Amino acid sequence: MVTAPVVARRKARAPSDANALLPNSGKGGRAGFWLYLIPGFVLFTVVILVPLIWNILLSFTKWRGIKPPEFIGLDNWVELFQDEKFWTSFINSVAMIVAMVIVPTLLGLFLAAMLFDLIGKKFGGRLASFLRATYYLPQILPVAVAAIVIGWILRPENGALNTILEGVGLGDLQHNWLGSPDTALLSIMFVMVWVQLGYPIVIFMAALQRVDPELYEAAELDGANWMQRFRWITISIIRPEVFVVTLTCTIAALKVFGPIYTLTRGGPGTSTIVPSYYSYSEFFQSQQVGYGATIATALTVVVVILTIAFIKAQNRAEAAEGGRS
Amino acid sequence: MSATTTTATPLAAPDRPVAPKTSGSHNRKTIGDWAILAGAIVLGLLIFAPFVLILMNSFKSPADYATSGPLSLPTQLYFDGIQAFWERVEFPEKLWNSVFISGMVAILAVLISVFNAFAIGIGRVKGRTWIIILFLLANMIPQESLLYPLYYMFKQVGLYDNVWAVIIIFTVIQSAFGTYLLSSVYGTFPKEILEAASLDGASRWQILWRVIVPISRPTLSVLVIFFFIWTWNEFLIPLTFLVSNANQTVPVAIATLQGDRLMDVTTTSASALLGLIPTLVFFLIFQRTLTRGITAGAVK
Repeated sequence: MVTAPVVARRKARAPSDANALLPNSGKGGRAGFWLYLIPGFVLFTVVILVPLIWNILLSFTKWRGIKPPEFIGLDNWVELFQDEKFWTSFINSVAMIVAMVIVPTLLGLFLAAMLFDLIGKKFGGRLASFLRATYYLPQILPVAVAAIVIGWILRPENGALNTILEGVGLGDLQHNWLGSPDTALLSIMFVMVWVQLGYPIVIFMAALQRVDPELYEAAELDGANWMQRFRWITISIIRPEVFVVTLTCTIAALKVFGPIYTLTRGGPGTSTIVPSYYSYSEFFQSQQVGYGATIATALTVVVVILTIAFIKAQNRAEAAEGGRS
Repeated sequence: MSATTTTATPLAAPDRPVAPKTSGSHNRKTIGDWAILAGAIVLGLLIFAPFVLILMNSFKSPADYATSGPLSLPTQLYFDGIQAFWERVEFPEKLWNSVFISGMVAILAVLISVFNAFAIGIGRVKGRTWIIILFLLANMIPQESLLYPLYYMFKQVGLYDNVWAVIIIFTVIQSAFGTYLLSSVYGTFPKEILEAASLDGASRWQILWRVIVPISRPTLSVLVIFFFIWTWNEFLIPLTFLVSNANQTVPVAIATLQGDRLMDVTTTSASALLGLIPTLVFFLIFQRTLTRGITAGAVK
């Protein structure tokens, strides 16, 4: 990120300012720049830092929101690790990762390459952009509204999906999709795939523009088939984007709340419970603030660990790449 | 819908800018190519189908739905479902709440991002990498882990059930991303321009407002649009903080009414339609900016 080299002719009077892009003309030297960070820091402290630390502290207390919190040490954490509902919520988060990260990324890689490489080149870029916009459309909806749209199609009585199944002679497959424990989670996953698919496609297609067509032609002359070119050229060039998409979508998958709240409220039973909905219901329905804070803290720890692991893996991959070339 | 896709095919001239010119053999279309194209179009239709279903059924009477099902066109246009929902949720009020909250957040968050990025990208204050990582925490951590303390704090200061609580929270969350993106943009700001302005005797404050902000206006406008739409789509925090009907945003008002006795099958469809129309409008207006912005955000 440090791009500007130190300029020799700058006045030696302000050595601490040597790095700044702007010569030391204002009052107070480099310290003057700190003034601009004050509003951001104050807001950040009040809205993020204090609540975050407070929430961690709350996880060591029993609090129903009215009388002062009562310190109970690690009791909440012990309870958490034995809480079957909590583990179910995490397993359901894995299902969300499948629906929001794994399926969209794999499918997105394939579709982006197909749109860019084949449809864009042989049938015209305008058709490729049109299809891309269609795939992207569900992404723009508020996720709660997207859930209502799909939920409406999955209605049990006379719903669109059940009607279609009947129409094509598969009436036996009719189902109360969101109301039965065996298909509720699958239905939510379906909503998320629909919403999420367009995001990797748009990003990967933009990344593909960096691929040098000559590289492709050379590989083709060497007898590499499409699959080999895809694997060895495309994937390796757009790998930074694959990392970004995987990381941001994984974090988003762990935070899913809107569709659960709108469609199932975690039910039937605990079949669609996720950590964020579980902590929300502990906060505002059971009034178990301390325990809700414990669930939220556990989720935060997982997100932070995953982020660090991802960034480390990416740096390692980049270093390896740098060493090879 | 099928009409749109079939007319789109002949429109596609072979020399569109996305497709680089390649040797003649590339442009010969095999049966396999046509099969893949057909598959891509079918997938597009499947993704688009829910929108069509919602549109068709929002203008149907419940009786019409009961007799002819969800897949047929309405026998006659029926506006009562939409009208009933519109009046029940006082839709114009919800629309205004969403516009006001998202608009204020977009402007305030860009302002904070500009100040932060000026200090980090141009001023290169010490520890800037750590400052950016710290700010990004706001974007990364699950909102649940801030929820109860924020709820308690805003209740204490009397801002609970007030749109300003939501505006303040999202100003901070969105400006985290803005700071990150703008700092790297400002980090490569042309030095000559800054030096020239400084030689002319401009102060830092003047340089920021008369030089840096006008030059970076394209990036700032992308950020404004992004923050607006992201805030519009938010759910958990508006749901928690805006409990009275008069303060709710569009997604919250629609989601909380699901399962209500008033919501028969076509009214539910109408509610989904009203929820998706505003974002569709933004998409159509800002499509270009959005595609450019999404990709800029990813690569930076």
